Amino acid sequence: MMMQRRDFLAGTAILVLSTMNSRATVISGALPWAPNAGNPPVPVRPGPWHYFTSDEGRAVEALADRIIPPDPQTPGGKDSGCAVFIDRQLAGPYGRSDGHYTQPPFMPGTRQQGAQSANGPAATYREALAALDRYCLSKYQGKRFPDLSDQDKDELLKSLEDEKTKLEGVDGKSFFELVIKDVQEGFFADPLYGGNRDMVAWKMIGYPGARYNYLDWVDRHNERFPLPPVSIIGRADWSPKN
Amino acid sequence: MRKAAIPAILVCAAAAWLGSAGFGDAANPDAQAFDQIEKGRYLTTVADCFACHTVPNVGKPFAGGRPIETPFGIITSSNITPDADTGIGAWSDEQFDDAVRKGVRPDGSRLYPAMPYPAYTKMTRDDVLAIRAYMATVEPVHQPVKSNTLPFPFNIREAMRAWDALYFTEGEFQPDSRQSAAWNRGAYLVQGPGHCTACHTPKSFLGGDKTSENLRGFNLQGWFAPDITGGRKQGLGQWSEADIVGYLKSGHNKFTAAIGPMTEEIVNSTSQYSDSDLSAMATYLKSLSGRQDATSAQPASAVMTAGQAIYRDQCSACHGLDGKGVPLLFPSLAQSSLAHAGDPASAIRLVLRGGRSVATRSEPTGPGMPSFDWQLNDDQVAAVLTYIRNAWQTAAAPVSADMVGKARDGLRTRSD
Amino acid sequence: MPRKLPKKDVVIVGLGWTGSIMANALTDEGLDVIAIERGPWRDAPTEFPPSYSQDELRYRIRHELFLRPEQTTFTFRNKMNQTALPIRDWGSFMPPNGVGGGGVHWNAETFRFLPSDFVVKTHLTERYGASFLPEDMTIQDFGVTYDDLEPHYDAFEYLCGTSGTAGNLRGRIQEGGNPFEGPRSRPYPNPAQKQPFSHTLFAKAARDLGYKPFPQPSGNMSQAYTNPLGVRLGPCTYCGFCEWFGCGNYSKASPQTTILPFLIRKPNFSFRDNSEVLHINVDGSGKHATGVTFVDTGGVEWEQPADLVILSAYTMFNVQLLLHSKIGTPYDPVANTGVVGRNFTHQTISSVNGFFDNKKFNFNPFIASGAIGMCIDEFNGDNFDHGPHGFVGGGYMGQVQTGARPIQTTHVPPGTPTWGAAWKDAVRDNYLSTVTPGTGVHGSFYSYRDVYLDLDPTYRDRFGRPLMRMTIDFHDNEIKQNAFLTDKFAEIIRAMGAHTLDKHYRKGPYDSTDYQTTHLNGGAIMGTDPSTSVLNRYLQSWDVPNLFVTGASAFPQNAGYNPTGTVAALAFWAAAAIRGQYLKNPGPLVHA
Repeated sequence: MMMQRRDFLAGTAILVLSTMNSRATVISGALPWAPNAGNPPVPVRPGPWHYFTSDEGRAVEALADRIIPPDPQTPGGKDSGCAVFIDRQLAGPYGRSDGHYTQPPFMPGTRQQGAQSANGPAATYREALAALDRYCLSKYQGKRFPDLSDQDKDELLKSLEDEKTKLEGVDGKSFFELVIKDVQEGFFADPLYGGNRDMVAWKMIGYPGARYNYLDWVDRHNERFPLPPVSIIGRADWSPKN
Repeated sequence: MRKAAIPAILVCAAAAWLGSAGFGDAANPDAQAFDQIEKGRYLTTVADCFACHTVPNVGKPFAGGRPIETPFGIITSSNITPDADTGIGAWSDEQFDDAVRKGVRPDGSRLYPAMPYPAYTKMTRDDVLAIRAYMATVEPVHQPVKSNTLPFPFNIREAMRAWDALYFTEGEFQPDSRQSAAWNRGAYLVQGPGHCTACHTPKSFLGGDKTSENLRGFNLQGWFAPDITGGRKQGLGQWSEADIVGYLKSGHNKFTAAIGPMTEEIVNSTSQYSDSDLSAMATYLKSLSGRQDATSAQPASAVMTAGQAIYRDQCSACHGLDGKGVPLLFPSLAQSSLAHAGDPASAIRLVLRGGRSVATRSEPTGPGMPSFDWQLNDDQVAAVLTYIRNAWQTAAAPVSADMVGKARDGLRTRSD
Repeated sequence: MPRKLPKKDVVIVGLGWTGSIMANALTDEGLDVIAIERGPWRDAPTEFPPSYSQDELRYRIRHELFLRPEQTTFTFRNKMNQTALPIRDWGSFMPPNGVGGGGVHWNAETFRFLPSDFVVKTHLTERYGASFLPEDMTIQDFGVTYDDLEPHYDAFEYLCGTSGTAGNLRGRIQEGGNPFEGPRSRPYPNPAQKQPFSHTLFAKAARDLGYKPFPQPSGNMSQAYTNPLGVRLGPCTYCGFCEWFGCGNYSKASPQTTILPFLIRKPNFSFRDNSEVLHINVDGSGKHATGVTFVDTGGVEWEQPADLVILSAYTMFNVQLLLHSKIGTPYDPVANTGVVGRNFTHQTISSVNGFFDNKKFNFNPFIASGAIGMCIDEFNGDNFDHGPHGFVGGGYMGQVQTGARPIQTTHVPPGTPTWGAAWKDAVRDNYLSTVTPGTGVHGSFYSYRDVYLDLDPTYRDRFGRPLMRMTIDFHDNEIKQNAFLTDKFAEIIRAMGAHTLDKHYRKGPYDSTDYQTTHLNGGAIMGTDPSTSVLNRYLQSWDVPNLFVTGASAFPQNAGYNPTGTVAALAFWAAAAIRGQYLKNPGPLVHA
């Protein structure tokens, strides 16, 4: 590997170290290592929706705030970023069901056989949010889900859960279960994914986050762990305060 | 994978021979003699000709062609197999000796000090001829190599005449009669064939050794080759002889692990030195006085607080809550001279880039350090390093965000 | 037409635990060995460093280290009269991929089977009579005994630095260990890991109820350790990101942390990653393997000839490769003939969550390792009289909680809504004071005639080959076993001081969406009779003597323990047979 590197001194030999490449090659002699190997996570950046339309985003924020309502101690699903989390997830491999076996034929099966749909979560959200929209517009005289009162929202969600209300063309119950799962995942996942903003969920429950060494605490039984939570991308205390 | 390994028994034989005979037999050595060739093979490993003169992993041994970075451009190592056309097979012993100890090629042109003849000049003629005898038995490889790949005007070898006049002092090592045999042997190895000064001695801006600061450390290509004198703060003062021997032999000791360019040196060279030679080098190194540094600036408490948070949250996973690591696995940052070096280049580089420490036969684990450049910004890297350098009853100059930024930029284009 | 590579003495399919163990043993014999691994090379400083490995979403929920079903999956049905459908995303188990295999992401629970587990058919028949066993239960003796394997269990434990307290040292029962275990020749190489609060409390409650709790044998180091190969491991730091995750600080036993650094230095060993073996090649006689054919990431096919083939892929892939290579007669459950695919089993898992007063109990549940835990073995194997209960088998149970990563460990008491303000409050109030054992009840899964593997008639993989089909359901025996065990377990959790219990019994039908360990076994079982087994007692194929098949695919049924210890012991045992007998005289080691 030839490199022209301007450097200061040295009449010495600077040896160019070789790197090892392990893509379907034969590996022998030493275990591979290369700089910049591995895939550190890329934090979600705030900004416009990547997947949702603005109506869809508003609807998911409203859903998130009912699934995890705000209270004086801890923000709700919306303010903690759960809708942002879901948006970014749906825009990525999760939304597309990347890696799943998607070969036909698609046949309905038993519950034990798992999902047999060609639809990934992204398509499911799009269809179901549209169906929810249509339902609300018709039942609530032109109002969309986010415009309903909290009480009406909760009633509607409960009746979807109980299957007393059905949405047109989609399984409302399983969609709501999907949203619950995704909202709660976003709430408790590392903040780098867009939810759990400022680690509010972790602070709520007393979870110290992405730590690795508890050796000084294993034997301290029934004592509150004192350190604040930390994300994979750090915490405020990592930066010197002047 | 070819290794320039010496079976242990031959090393012992060579060492015994060397130990008894001092630095070489004054009588005329027979180049065909088994013991001459074995002595030469050992010295070739000590001088590590293999590393520069072989393309790693794929090249034929000693056939040259390895590109070597210098501040003046890339130079390519020559073919030193006994091939008559493209190697050194046709050279006389005198010509070989002139090249190694005087930096002059058979046609009279000068070598560049990428070939460390300023160190090799200290070798005895007998040792050089032993190397020659061994090299004559190596498989000849027909491989033409254009060595002088330096850009204009550095490719004008004539310029080396002037450089030699300034920086090259020809002459064999002279033992110091006030010192023990072991010390003298160690000094010979370190200054001569081991050419440790090539990386570990500070240089002037033209690349010549600053001999008054011998072995006190030097920054080269994003690494700081540390102070290996016996200095307490920066050097090996806290290491016992056994610690030094263990490090050179296996790449690891209870304080630290070799990483970066030294790993290749250990694998190819020092891990195969005899134990008595390693002890001799340790004796010599520990006798050297270290630098008298001024006490370093007190780090800002805000920086220490931030650094402590990062340390607890991240570094402690391997380096322990007390900074002492795990002996022979994770370096003890509390006691690491690399972490406390005056020039923090290696420490900065490791935090940003990570690396894999050396795996040797006695220490095969070769644990790796992950990279943190994606996770920590310049202020944070500076804070955690400043913390590490000052936390455990130790003190070293704070690391600045600026230093980190420069190192980060420099690393972007490196492939190692 | 595959391109032919230079011949090797040995080709090993899969570089996980058993592939690494076999490679190390056979290279010591001077053989030229190549291992071929379907997945990528992985290692701590690069792929799972302690700077970003602590990511529950990425590694547990999105299971990044595991195989993608798109690459290979299986079809599933409960009963033979159903149509099997593809497992489109993993659920009840999660197959590994990459160098290190399951050894990278496992918990490191390192149990030995009971002596009776190896002769379970004989033992149960003697004790209870043949009619006590269900008619369609197809359990068999292994063909090896615990005593055969003891030195090999020991070798694996010392390789790994297993942390534990011996319960039976050369026949003498030891205080603090498992009094039911088979005799071991020497203590564990490392003392047991320290136990956090809730695990300690479980042990106290168990002791008060008259049981003999013992620390779960753990492949997470209780202290820094150097194994017999000179490879070093560091102390486990209780990060709580163990199973599903790679270990970032060299403190979990895996091929990478125990064998590979030593193995890779040998000039007679090499491996290929990102290379998927498509089939084992057999010559015209059908009795001699000539090597394997694999495909690289560019889609190019290669042939690796070898004198000896070791099939060390995970259970399912072993069976799949045998079926695709047409080695051995496929099992026909209707006719009850054939061997490849029979005696397929999983594990019978359940748990009980306990909710405690948060003013009195703070468990810091996030402080844990993958294999800490306090367990009791009173209800495992045949350690108790099954006569009154009408089932056979059992399992260990324990507070073996491995962490409290919040996405999955924010349980609420039964009856709490799953969303809304009440849910949120309940999560807040209960996180630190809930005991969530996970695989708290870890029961055996015996084999049945209608639980098996074969090839699917409809669905294909990306190469156009049939997917393997799983037909699996729980039988009454395991359901009864689990109900009994779960109730016993609940008693202990209650005795710890829980005010509310949430019992999760294992109920049929077998649900492919509900994770219940990746302890799939059988399909290429070992035995003494070629008409009911694929391999002889040395894991050598009855049909193709230069083929050995390691892994839990060899288990004729599953016992009430995690399989890896036994899988590894069998690999060491087979390696010894190859070195000591086969190489001197290649050919069948057992004449049935």
